[in-house]
Amino acid sequence: MIITGLLLLQAEKDFPDWGDTSSPANSYRLSQHYITQTLHETTVPNMVTAVLADYRGYDTMFETVVIFTAGIAIIGILSVIGTGGNREQFEPKLSEKKPDLIIDTTCRLIIPIIQVFALYVVAHGHHSPGGGFQGGVIFGASFILLALARNLQTAQAWVPENRILNLAGIGIFIYAGFGVAALFLGGNFLDYGVLTKILPGGVEDARSHSMLGVEIGVAFTVTAIMFSIYSSLASNGTMKEGI
Amino acid sequence: MELLEGIADRFNYWIYVILMMIGLFAMISKNNLIKKLIGMSIFQTAIILFYVSISYKEGATIPILYHDQVHGAHHEEASVTETAAHHDAEQVAHEASADVHAEASDHAEHAASSDHDDHAVSHEDHGSLEIDPDLFVNPLPHVLMLTAIVVGVATLGVGLAITQKLYGEFGTLEESEILEQIKSAK
Repeated sequence: MIITGLLLLQAEKDFPDWGDTSSPANSYRLSQHYITQTLHETTVPNMVTAVLADYRGYDTMFETVVIFTAGIAIIGILSVIGTGGNREQFEPKLSEKKPDLIIDTTCRLIIPIIQVFALYVVAHGHHSPGGGFQGGVIFGASFILLALARNLQTAQAWVPENRILNLAGIGIFIYAGFGVAALFLGGNFLDYGVLTKILPGGVEDARSHSMLGVEIGVAFTVTAIMFSIYSSLASNGTMKEGI
Repeated sequence: MELLEGIADRFNYWIYVILMMIGLFAMISKNNLIKKLIGMSIFQTAIILFYVSISYKEGATIPILYHDQVHGAHHEEASVTETAAHHDAEQVAHEASADVHAEASDHAEHAASSDHDDHAVSHEDHGSLEIDPDLFVNPLPHVLMLTAIVVGVATLGVGLAITQKLYGEFGTLEESEILEQIKSAK
């Protein structure tokens, strides 16, 4: 292992200097194109979101499918169905305690703010730092906070366990829907430019609006899967009372 | 001395190699499954650090265009078809930039308010939209790492689920004890 480290450090001599603008990664014309042409082609000032949702839209769509699959896998691994009878020893006791006043009040105050902020991060993701993944995680975190502060049932009153995967699937359908819509309007899959026929504005604006649409789809999936992962892991798959 | 200078010049690579080796060490030699997962997480973090440090350029800012550059672009295009809410924002921005043109002394204040005062040069080309690639860090590694983080979360979640399942089956998280139990069961 030390040998591997030494080998990697040996290779480090060939790497470009810190902050070098003419290093291969930075001077390659693809990156230059992203920086200089993004605004012309999409009217989106946040290049990261533009590259994520438009230029590399196919990649990001299957990224969303990856976390969807991970959510299904976790539910499948931990699911109680068909695992026999040795589950009783983990049967958790429902906490009879009343929620603490301070924690309860803080949650009441802070959760709406977190959720509004999450929606802002999603909706403004192509103009400022943010996007579907980030906003989705923040939104999911608000439900996890609720589940930690009260109990899992309270959180699941908002996001029922049997609807979670529907929600995640809706997100992917929104994303793929934009791709298929582009296909039907005569473009390539996920080629948002042709959506100008059904969306207001010019070609560039259509790209911008479609980016917002797919970000919302991503946010749906990420929110649902984040909470699903938490509730599966915390409740040992029973989706009942957890930590 | 030369070695120290070499490290200081390329500290990002050194840190990434050290972090990566810590992660690899944890994954290979730790007996506890949770510690292995922590090692995997550290390993992923090292790779993310490596990519993001490559994308850095001296004197560059985050790959998001400034307010003025964007709205300079909007002036050129017909914004009639914009949605109403967007249009209002456009109007406000338009007035703001009109003020800037009226009073040159306001320029500095406006630049300071948008937190990009160190790039006053780019404020000059309002409508011309000549964007200098050296003023923004490379967005591509950021995008790749955004997706890598997502994959990291997914693998970590699945790993934790499998670990929990193993604990339910064997009652231990130590790899050697689990292997013993499997052997004795045969």
